[in-house]
Amino acid sequence: MELVQPGIGLVIWMTLAFAILLWILTKFAWKPIMKGLKEREESIDEALHAADKAREEMKELKFSNEQLMKEAKEDRNAILREARKVKESIIEEAKQQASSEAKRIVESAKENIQYEKMSAITDLKNQLARLSIEIAEKILREELSTKDKQKELVKKLINEVNFN
Amino acid sequence: MYFYISRSGTIQRIAIILTVIFISIQISFASEEAEHTNNQKEGFNAGEMIIEHIIDAHEWHIMTIGHTHVSVPLPIILYYDGKLDIFMSSKFHHGHKSYKGYKLVTEDIKTQSEEERKGDIVRVIPGTMETDYNAGLPLDLSITKNVAAIFISLLLICIIFISVGKAYTKRKGQAPKGLQSFMEPIILFIRDEVAKASIGEKRYEKFLPYLLTLFFFIIFNNLLGLVPFFPGGANLTGNIAVTGVMALFTFLIIIVKGNKQYWIHIFNTPGVPWWLKIPVPLMPVVEVLGMLTKPFVLMIRLFANITAGHIIVLGFMSLIFIFGNRSVALGYGVSVLSVGFGIFIGLLELLVAFIQAYVFTLLSALYFGMATEESH
Repeated sequence: MELVQPGIGLVIWMTLAFAILLWILTKFAWKPIMKGLKEREESIDEALHAADKAREEMKELKFSNEQLMKEAKEDRNAILREARKVKESIIEEAKQQASSEAKRIVESAKENIQYEKMSAITDLKNQLARLSIEIAEKILREELSTKDKQKELVKKLINEVNFN
Repeated sequence: MYFYISRSGTIQRIAIILTVIFISIQISFASEEAEHTNNQKEGFNAGEMIIEHIIDAHEWHIMTIGHTHVSVPLPIILYYDGKLDIFMSSKFHHGHKSYKGYKLVTEDIKTQSEEERKGDIVRVIPGTMETDYNAGLPLDLSITKNVAAIFISLLLICIIFISVGKAYTKRKGQAPKGLQSFMEPIILFIRDEVAKASIGEKRYEKFLPYLLTLFFFIIFNNLLGLVPFFPGGANLTGNIAVTGVMALFTFLIIIVKGNKQYWIHIFNTPGVPWWLKIPVPLMPVVEVLGMLTKPFVLMIRLFANITAGHIIVLGFMSLIFIFGNRSVALGYGVSVLSVGFGIFIGLLELLVAFIQAYVFTLLSALYFGMATEESH
């Protein structure tokens, strides 16, 4: 046994043992370890990638949301505009209707007044006529209350009548 | 000493545990050597003690109490003359007895006709304890201390990583937990910073199991080598056979997986004048040499780094006994300094354990990357 001279027995045993160790570790340790490491690295990679993708999607979603909001706002504005227009037209129409109605009412009132006036005038006329007749009757009666007066009247009337 | 342990301070806790381990290394080395010197009246031999600690052995010595060696006997497997002998190392009684015609050499002998090295197993002349120099050495396939340490670390690594692997299938897609979360950053580091960076995104996957196995085998054994008591303590990654086999694996993978581009680069290097290739193949020879030096340097680097660290720590511990043999008081005085330096080197070794595992793996990955590079 010497320091710098390899022993044959040790060389043989070492070769054998190292080969066995290499085989066992490759099969039962390095393969599963490398597989596990690779899988984990891939899953981490994948997760990072997915996160990136999700972020991108979020961005897109946000953008589309904004778009939607914008559209909704526009729609609302349009609807409001429309409503305002409708309101104005309804008010206009109502105004027109009201004024025409008012006119009609005034007209009919005027007519009524006219009519009432006419009837009142007619009534007054009739009354006046009756009163006149009554007065005439009274006067007549007064005038013809004596025989002389009656004779005088007849004379007068005869005088007035012309026998031509 | 008061340590503040925060709830999230896992690293702090680990650091504390490692510090405790290092302190115990020093103590155990110290006590072991104290016993050594007590029963070896002839004196303390630092070099012998250090070499004994860093080379392989046929038994796992734990400690010596008085005159009794507490050690784990290991199976001896010998092949000689078409015959296989298997028995426990305790049959040799630490080299005092021969068994089945074999004996354990206890001392280096080198003369013109006789040569034997301490720790080797040799044939004996039947009936005696004399070495039979004419018989030739048996093929020693024993489960030595280092082989046992390989098996222990193999078991440990398998248990840990199979449970981690199970956690990945059981807790699919969930965050890591417990041991899994402790190992995951290291595995990811090897995958992303070593394999992917050196070999390339496309081809790294088929080399990854080897690189991970290599890294964790080296780091586990580097750390186990720093633990002084039984399951650790074998200087495995500081053994040239062990580092050599790992370098050989890297070399073989380069040869098998090297693509056309790589071989063309070696045997017909582009951009080099033709007369460097024909008639004298100077460039190919240089390239082939370069091919061979790569794994050779891998082997030497790890071996030398780990062994050097151990030698330095053991050297500091030896100082205590060298001075202690002169005077006990001097020994105690030096021990303070030695233990301090020993702890410092121990912590340095901890750093080296990580760095060397990383370097071996990174260089292997770089070589694989070079061998499989597409034309540019």
